[in-house]
Amino acid sequence: MDITVNILLTIATAATPLLIAAIGELVVERSGVLNLGVEGMMIMGAVGGFGAGYLTGSPWIGLLAAIIVGALFSLLFAVMTLSLATNQVATGLSLTLLGLGLSGMIGTSFVGQPGVRLPNLDIPGISSIPVVGRLIFGQDPVFYISIALTAAVMWFLFKTRTGLTLRSIGDSHTSAHALGIKVIRYRYLSVIFGGACAGLAGGHLSLVYTPQWVENMSAGRGWIALALVVFASWRPWRVLAGAYIFGAVWIGQLHAQAFGIPVPSQFLSSLPYLATIVVLVLISRNKRLTMMNTPASLGQPFVPDR
Amino acid sequence: MGGTVSANHDGANLLEVRGLTKIFGTLTACNHIDLNIARGEIHALLGENGAGKSTLVKMLFGSLEPNAGEIFWDGMPVKITSPGVAKKLGIGMVFQHFSLFEALTAAENIALSLNDGSPISTIAAKARALSFSYGLPLDPESLVGDLSVGERQRIEIIRCLLQTPQLIILDEPTSVLTPQEADKLFETLERLRSEGKSILYISHRLEEVKRICDHATVLRHGKVVGHCNPRQETAASLARMMVGSEVKAVVRAPAEGIDTAPALLEIRGLTRKPATPFAIPLKNINLAVRAGEVIGIAGVAGNGQGEFFESVSGEVLQQDAGSVRIRGKDAGGLSITGRRLMGAAFVPEERLGHGAAPRMKLSENLLLSRHATDGKAFVGSGGMVKNGAVYSAAQRIITAMDVRKSAPDPEAAALSGGNLQKFIVGRELDRKPSVMVVNQPTWGVDAGAAAHIRQALIELARSGSAVLVISQDLDELFELSDAIAVMHNGELSTPLPIAEATFEKVGLLMGGAEPGHAEHSLEVA
Repeated sequence: MDITVNILLTIATAATPLLIAAIGELVVERSGVLNLGVEGMMIMGAVGGFGAGYLTGSPWIGLLAAIIVGALFSLLFAVMTLSLATNQVATGLSLTLLGLGLSGMIGTSFVGQPGVRLPNLDIPGISSIPVVGRLIFGQDPVFYISIALTAAVMWFLFKTRTGLTLRSIGDSHTSAHALGIKVIRYRYLSVIFGGACAGLAGGHLSLVYTPQWVENMSAGRGWIALALVVFASWRPWRVLAGAYIFGAVWIGQLHAQAFGIPVPSQFLSSLPYLATIVVLVLISRNKRLTMMNTPASLGQPFVPDR
Repeated sequence: MGGTVSANHDGANLLEVRGLTKIFGTLTACNHIDLNIARGEIHALLGENGAGKSTLVKMLFGSLEPNAGEIFWDGMPVKITSPGVAKKLGIGMVFQHFSLFEALTAAENIALSLNDGSPISTIAAKARALSFSYGLPLDPESLVGDLSVGERQRIEIIRCLLQTPQLIILDEPTSVLTPQEADKLFETLERLRSEGKSILYISHRLEEVKRICDHATVLRHGKVVGHCNPRQETAASLARMMVGSEVKAVVRAPAEGIDTAPALLEIRGLTRKPATPFAIPLKNINLAVRAGEVIGIAGVAGNGQGEFFESVSGEVLQQDAGSVRIRGKDAGGLSITGRRLMGAAFVPEERLGHGAAPRMKLSENLLLSRHATDGKAFVGSGGMVKNGAVYSAAQRIITAMDVRKSAPDPEAAALSGGNLQKFIVGRELDRKPSVMVVNQPTWGVDAGAAAHIRQALIELARSGSAVLVISQDLDELFELSDAIAVMHNGELSTPLPIAEATFEKVGLLMGGAEPGHAEHSLEVA
């Protein structure tokens, strides 16, 4: 029983950064902007979060710093693509390359230093209830943030007028502009929200998952988050499902490798990607729903004519 | 009632424009425009494509910033810096190129332009009630992407009316309505006028302008060339003011020997299941278009014309290869290119995005549609494109169709609607196709350009080709066609020879009056 609970907990820990980064990118893409810099913003959040936590000794200050660093880093992308109308793909890729390099440089002195870890939630008497207590009331704070964030984004996008406006911009920025909607302002705020989420995801890596600084510790999670958004056809609950499927198969294959199952380890390592794609493709078979949910102006620069 | 409620001359004007100027690079789109709109009048804005009507209207709605000039609203100077400001003042707009979101429902589209926080369901109920009271039925839950052009325009009109504006700007509002629907719109406009609202009405249909408008301002090449009372003018005199010279009437030479001519395009028992939940199924359509004749297909928007065009052009393939026959051979299983190679040519409804790639040059658009049929002329050995040949062919079409443009080889999106349409039709005519199928050939196109396109289609037919024109513009079909068939709810009536056809007969068929056409498609669930 204890082993099962432990496995479930590690799955949640593995899925949380993917979920947070993907939910942030989902909002960005729903507004019609394609930011391929998730990996870069995430690693900057990781190094910023670790640094602030290490220097102040407070993991909470570290987490806050991760969010701010991610948001500031995305602001660079926003200025380039929204105000200067540069190509979003190229700018996003360079953001990732810049983030990977910059974080390595900033983090040189952090390598090998002991980090601080965000404590798990502990409600006396409740968190110690077997199974349920630990799963529901005993996880790290970022786990709860990720679930709340997903619910909040779902509510925001599909139940509020501002969310409707955001989706309309993603569908057609020219129509939105003709109606007097402030396209650029909405996109700025979306991109910064996405950056803050990616930063938070990075902070989770260096303050919860493995509380230390290792160069390139995001290890491609930003790219997985990007793929999750597309395969989930821009719908929040599917992003959640995708992140947890990925996390589950990831942890499962690690255990399988440890048990020494006679299957090539390369194949096992590729399983999480394969499983996530298959499941998400199967649930997105409805072409009509996919058509409705794909932001039609995704990746197109917008220059209002005045 | 039109005569009894006329412009109110005693009060100040609702809107006054003084010396409004807009310059794009070297082009002065609007040159010191003066315009006065009184309370409770319907004011027509007339002009050819590229005369500056759209630019002027965009400045009034805050989408464009004027370089010079003043705007007075209710006697007070105002700066309309954004559409939001325009809406707050009380200016509403129905766009020609729709400003709708395809992935959203009609109700959501309407909600986006209203600034109140009321829930979508309330807005949907209001929109439904308003749409029925004005005779423009609308299902607020339907997805815009599934709707026809005519239905989309209804959303635009309802959206504008829900904002209860003082001044309503309508850009070519009737071009996609049936005569009966247009009559309803005119009733609506007259009702709004009697409520003291003002309307700025842009149209190329001069009879319509004469019928409902109190004043007209005529633009030519970015300048105001005249003010008049359209009721005291004739359609010919209005056209002359717009164009600056006489507009040639379309001449339809008598068709000879059509009865014995071979059918070049045959549709036999064409049936198609609906592709999406909102699409119209096609039911056993039969039609033959002979060499030398023009057949028109009339119908209210959204009765299967789009589906029919897709099936005939090969955008959608048929299972029964014999259901579409071109020059006596089965073509139902062939792609668009396959059908083009058999001598057919197609012009789809939407100019931008369907008929032409907006961000590509005219010569590139020419190559895109004709690289297969004119492979020898345009593509050299080794698959290299002969840019020179393509460019000169594009220039040939531009000259033949009198396409007005700002650069030698501009992007398609840089042309005004009418000029782009002339190019797209000209691109097909240039091949001298033996079968030509055109959907909405002159939608949103002014009198001069429309006459040019129609004359070219008639001449193509008289030179021995079969021409099929799908249109919602009845004036156009009566001008062009040797026979008119009506599409209603996915069924096609037998063609009425033009000598027997009247507006009333065709209008009744469009409403589904013929036995077997009993269901009424305008009913909304």
